[in-house]
Amino acid sequence: MDALTRKSYELRRDIIEMIHKSEAGHVGGDLSVIDILTVLYFDVMNVNPDNFKDENHDRFLLSKGHCADALFVVLGEKGFFDKQRAIDTFSQYQSEFIGHPNTDVNGVEINSGSLGHGLAVGVGMALAAKMDDRTYRTYVVLGDGEMAEGSNYEAMMAARQYRLDNLCATVDLNGLQISGTTDQVMSSALLAEKFASFGWNVIEAEDGNNCAQLVEAYKKAAACKGKPSVVIAHTVKGKGVSFMENEKKWHHGVMTQEEYERAVKDIEEVLA
Amino acid sequence: MNKITNRQAICECLLEKAKNDRDIVVVCSDSRGSASLAPFAETYPGQFVEVGIAEQNLVGISAGLAACGKKVFAASPASFLATRSYEQAKVDVAYSGTNVTLIGISGGVSYGALGMTHHSCQDFAAMSALTGMRVYNPSDRFQTTKLIEALLKDTEPSYIRVSRSATEDLYDGNMDFTLNKANVIADGKDVLLVACGEMVPYAKKAMEQLAAKGISAGLLDMYCLKPFDADTLVEKARDVKLVVTVEEHAPQGGLGSATAQALSSRCPKRLVEKNLPDEHLISGTNREMFAYYGLDDAGIVKSVEEAL
Ligand SMILES: Cc1ncc(C[n+]2csc(CCOP(=O)(O)OP(=O)(O)O)c2C)c(N)n1
Repeated sequence: MDALTRKSYELRRDIIEMIHKSEAGHVGGDLSVIDILTVLYFDVMNVNPDNFKDENHDRFLLSKGHCADALFVVLGEKGFFDKQRAIDTFSQYQSEFIGHPNTDVNGVEINSGSLGHGLAVGVGMALAAKMDDRTYRTYVVLGDGEMAEGSNYEAMMAARQYRLDNLCATVDLNGLQISGTTDQVMSSALLAEKFASFGWNVIEAEDGNNCAQLVEAYKKAAACKGKPSVVIAHTVKGKGVSFMENEKKWHHGVMTQEEYERAVKDIEEVLA
Repeated sequence: MNKITNRQAICECLLEKAKNDRDIVVVCSDSRGSASLAPFAETYPGQFVEVGIAEQNLVGISAGLAACGKKVFAASPASFLATRSYEQAKVDVAYSGTNVTLIGISGGVSYGALGMTHHSCQDFAAMSALTGMRVYNPSDRFQTTKLIEALLKDTEPSYIRVSRSATEDLYDGNMDFTLNKANVIADGKDVLLVACGEMVPYAKKAMEQLAAKGISAGLLDMYCLKPFDADTLVEKARDVKLVVTVEEHAPQGGLGSATAQALSSRCPKRLVEKNLPDEHLISGTNREMFAYYGLDDAGIVKSVEEAL
């Protein structure tokens, strides 16, 4: 097993512990997006606790902010804070590790949690880089349910208008949202065509939980000049925990002790 | 202890009324579960519209449906409904006078540790500021049902905030209810407590504790924030020494402000406004936050004793 995949499963174990302890969080979407976060933070992006205050560090925005749980374990693993403290205090009384990314947590660029904000903010950050001749890149991760927010399409137009090749969006296309499949609720089919028709460079990761495929996708994005790129990552909600995969009820769900043990066992088996 | 939430009461009421009314339409934005409206969607699929995670679209589509004769109930978390779709609420609903009831679910700090993006501590202010919009925050399930029944009798726009958790019963199915008239829970000689929504049971407990300490408190359930029932307020405030408002809302533009406005012009009186501070709130459950910010019974009693 390659190092990135191993890390993504170790981080899955942390997520499960955090979710179980806190009886909070959005476990399905965490497990769906964790490979994307792992690849971005441990392979693609130039951001770490030492350069976070530098003007030229890569920017990351988790627009599907309800998966802060996954972001927190990644930032903790990156050394932005003590990961175990995040796991132990997540969503607890007076903790800064609330259910959404917020700037009281070291490593978080901007507050999120209301869907459909990240892409526009990302356009602003990418524009600022162009204005100041900086080389940092901006990465925004969105949910496929989230793509129903009209603000995303306004941002898509602006990103193309200003030829923001330093902006890379990722859609965590897991086909589920709260009320059911995206097909039942508001379809996320034809997303690639939508981005393409807005003038974006579209890169599809057929298996968006496969780290090697994601690494390749982000290389292609970085190489593309003159327009923004989007990685459409075809993921599985709940990936890595058999009874959570593709199950709508695990959007957010509290595990029984037995479910917790089964979840850990599933992950340990992959790691063994 | 009652387990039925106000959102469930809304669903039950709409299920009942829809039996004889094909014009009742419910619109949701990936929110039917959290709004407890899934049973409506299952029972009346032809009178249910799902718009996905798109709150501006939610309110725009609702206005269009209403303009063509539908009686629309649009439900989404209060945080997003009251501010994300604000201009749709202003233009398409309030200004145009369309028959849309906006139902803000999980209002105030219901979402607890999900944080500031999910709190709606400015929805009373935002919605009250719209010409043509009525604003309600019912307390228990019986009052909620009466409110929905009353709103179904007219065609004016309104915004209702309900909480996520169940509220203790304060009334029963035979309660007196007149639209836009506050419910007088008790009369008192020393203090008048004015509360709305989830704060009413806390104020009631505070009233009982104050009685044990020899302080006579009255209690008004001011579920109608707009039009605000200034007449009942002034009548009940006239003979007390102190008025205390309690609301799950920021200091600006809510129950405290409306009370201050009414009292200052018609019945000047010492007023203590209890609310959530205008700052980033701590993380915790809603109950932990009520206690931290002094909105629970203990906090209300303390404020009354300090002020008297
Ligand atoms: C503006 C806004 N509306 C509604 C919500 C409530 N909400 C949180 S997560 C979610 C579903 C998200 O689905 P998707 O984007 O597909 O994410 P994933 O399935 O990856 O978790 C909703 C509706 C929100 N956070 N923000």
